[in-house]
Amino acid sequence: MTQPRREVLQKLTPVLTKRWLSPDAWKMDVYERLDGYAALRKALDVHPDDLIQLIKDSGLRGRGGAGFPTGLKWGFIPQGDGKPHYLVINADEGEPGTCKDLPLMTYDPHSLIEGAIIASYAIRANRAFIYIRGEAVHAARRLRNAVAEAKAKGYLGKNILGSGFDLELVVHSGAGAYICGEETALLDSLEGFRGQPRLRPPFPAIAGLYASPTVVNNVGTIASVPYIVLGGADWWKSMGTEKSSGPMIYSLSGRIANPGQYECGLGITLRELIELAGGMKPGHNLKFWTPGGSSTPLLTAEHIDTAMDFEGVAAAGSILGTTAMQIFSDQDCPVYATWRWLEFYHHESCGKCTPCREGNYWMVRTYRRILSGEGTYADLDTLQDTADNIFGRSFCGLGDGAATPVMSTLKFFRQDYLDYIEGRTAPRLSAKALVGAH
Amino acid sequence: MSDSTIEFSPAAAALAEELLPAALEIIARYPEGRSRSALLPLLHLVQTEEGHVSPNGVAFCAEVLGINKAQVGAVATFYTMYKRRPTGEYLVSVCTNTLCNVLGGQEVYDELSEHLGVGHDETTADGRITLEHAECLAACDYAPVVTVNYDFAVDQATPETAIGLVDQLRNGERPTPTRGARICSLKDMQLQLAGFADIRDGAVADGPAGAPTLRGVTLAQEHGVAVADFNPDTPITKTKPSPREENRGKVATVVDKVKGAVSSVASGHAGKTTRAGDVKDPQTRTAEQRNPDASTPDKTGTADEKKPVPTNAAEAAGAASNAPAGDGKPAGDTERGESIVSQEAAKRKPAGTDPNPGWQNVPRGEKEEK
Repeated sequence: MTQPRREVLQKLTPVLTKRWLSPDAWKMDVYERLDGYAALRKALDVHPDDLIQLIKDSGLRGRGGAGFPTGLKWGFIPQGDGKPHYLVINADEGEPGTCKDLPLMTYDPHSLIEGAIIASYAIRANRAFIYIRGEAVHAARRLRNAVAEAKAKGYLGKNILGSGFDLELVVHSGAGAYICGEETALLDSLEGFRGQPRLRPPFPAIAGLYASPTVVNNVGTIASVPYIVLGGADWWKSMGTEKSSGPMIYSLSGRIANPGQYECGLGITLRELIELAGGMKPGHNLKFWTPGGSSTPLLTAEHIDTAMDFEGVAAAGSILGTTAMQIFSDQDCPVYATWRWLEFYHHESCGKCTPCREGNYWMVRTYRRILSGEGTYADLDTLQDTADNIFGRSFCGLGDGAATPVMSTLKFFRQDYLDYIEGRTAPRLSAKALVGAH
Repeated sequence: MSDSTIEFSPAAAALAEELLPAALEIIARYPEGRSRSALLPLLHLVQTEEGHVSPNGVAFCAEVLGINKAQVGAVATFYTMYKRRPTGEYLVSVCTNTLCNVLGGQEVYDELSEHLGVGHDETTADGRITLEHAECLAACDYAPVVTVNYDFAVDQATPETAIGLVDQLRNGERPTPTRGARICSLKDMQLQLAGFADIRDGAVADGPAGAPTLRGVTLAQEHGVAVADFNPDTPITKTKPSPREENRGKVATVVDKVKGAVSSVASGHAGKTTRAGDVKDPQTRTAEQRNPDASTPDKTGTADEKKPVPTNAAEAAGAASNAPAGDGKPAGDTERGESIVSQEAAKRKPAGTDPNPGWQNVPRGEKEEK
């Protein structure tokens, strides 16, 4: 393992991860001692519109994958419309590779709650929901405990700190459906329906939860808010790049010496992150990686110096996504990896639209055939054709996400496919994998 | 059923006897007339009794919410965590999604399956363990992972450690999970999924953060790396009084005074007139084109520019009685900020009791060239 150089270490920006070092930061008294709820007191002395302006000025962009400007989203909520407004926090973390929100909610749950109260105050919502992934049971335990503590302290409930502002916050556990990470599917699920995406427009800002104006934000986005309220927009912009401001938690996993969470200013490169992680695992050379979860087109060793911000990754032909970087080496097979992701997308497709439902069904079967040594050249055309018909033609992003690993591996690693078809690579699946459901 | 007028069918009556008070508590969490939102937690609740969602469970949910069984069934069958067959005392899940898979998760699952003699979503004959292969469990930095009742039980799992875990469970032991809370039965755990607190003494405190989670922040601490210039008293630009201040405001003064206060803010520290949502930003433009309605009430923040002048007497009074930074000083008064910070920091952190030594590494108020 190599020691990172000083100039690379300087790129670490511990902000959202900083309290994780305190083993009891999930408790109210410790959180309060570490600047906790100071931002809430400060925010309640400011007009909601000025808070929205502050978030706009900070340049904060959504941490859930799309990178939409948060202040702008809040500003879309019509004020004085007489309708109830809602804040819904998307804590349905399930994108393969992504593991930044769970530790945040487990080790620093109050920061999310404090951010939720401030955000609700800004958009004038009196009810907020944290839709947390069902499987995230320990994070949910800590969150519910934190909500109870906040209620007892008067940070939630009626007339918060004498401001006249009321807020009820409910932690709502999902039940195991990846699609509920899509914001409109999440809203349907929260309303007690199957989690299937809705047609947009209308966008949630106009007709979201219960057909009322709703802001849906990711955990990392909302947890950033207290820091911006305390430190100010200029301080926040001192991290990251001009268009992608602030710190970001990069989740590194796979064939590196020290997988883990590395919070750095947006714009750091994979080369630098690998250096922070102590280099590649001995005997492994970088072959391919996901910049932000499996739904973002794969990148290769030649993209190692791509700036990991919204613009940089887009210029390299992919998406920053959730900065979940799964790192694979020359000992990993991109065809096998893609097949396993497709099994996932196939399982998680909600079935609402045909391209995604049927396309994934057929692509999975084509992959099984290739990996069991029965593939033909025509299978590659079938895959390309199917992926092209899913991408951009599905109801929501899940279909696009499923098509991207197929298209990117066909582009970068066609030889690996041919090696299976032409018999140079030993089959990875037995013929029985071709029979029946997975 | 004393506290409700709901008439339950014979199918649902037994569950209603046990679960109705909890069910009503769940429904009360959601806005009036939106009781259907309670369906997901109600289905979790049903599993606390039955271990799965049976036709009786579907009937109970339907009747307590006043919807029909087909509506409940459609939801129950959509989500993976609602089991359709009886489950064991523990649910053991092995992640076999790509990353865990290539790091050995598939091997762990295969060997566990062979050792237990059951396949995916099947339960051992002794009723102890239901096995499943799971999709990404959001712990890729610990890959491959194994959970028991969804709590992280084994990290960097190998076939040996995973088999050791299930053997202990089958012997009636409850081994300590690596990062989750202490193990209880699957049925007991479902109560927490239904949104109720974990009543086991100390369970919330269980589960220390693992090294990978803390890797980056530990590295920063070890090398004294921190984000400079963090001043928690940085003023927020105010263009109008907060509702709280309006409530407090009583002295009506001239509007001029308000204007003066506002302009002093505008010339101060953070008062740059940054145009919200730069109209040239392609994402902004796209959002506007896609959804013209959404921007109507507040077109990319330009409405804000008109706001500084109070529109009525009450607002003027509130603004007048309110100094810009909320502290009786003009905005941008950093000198005072620094002294307050150091005093408050001293108050916040009694020497020797700080649980997070790295917290002090933030050089507050210090100017540093970027």
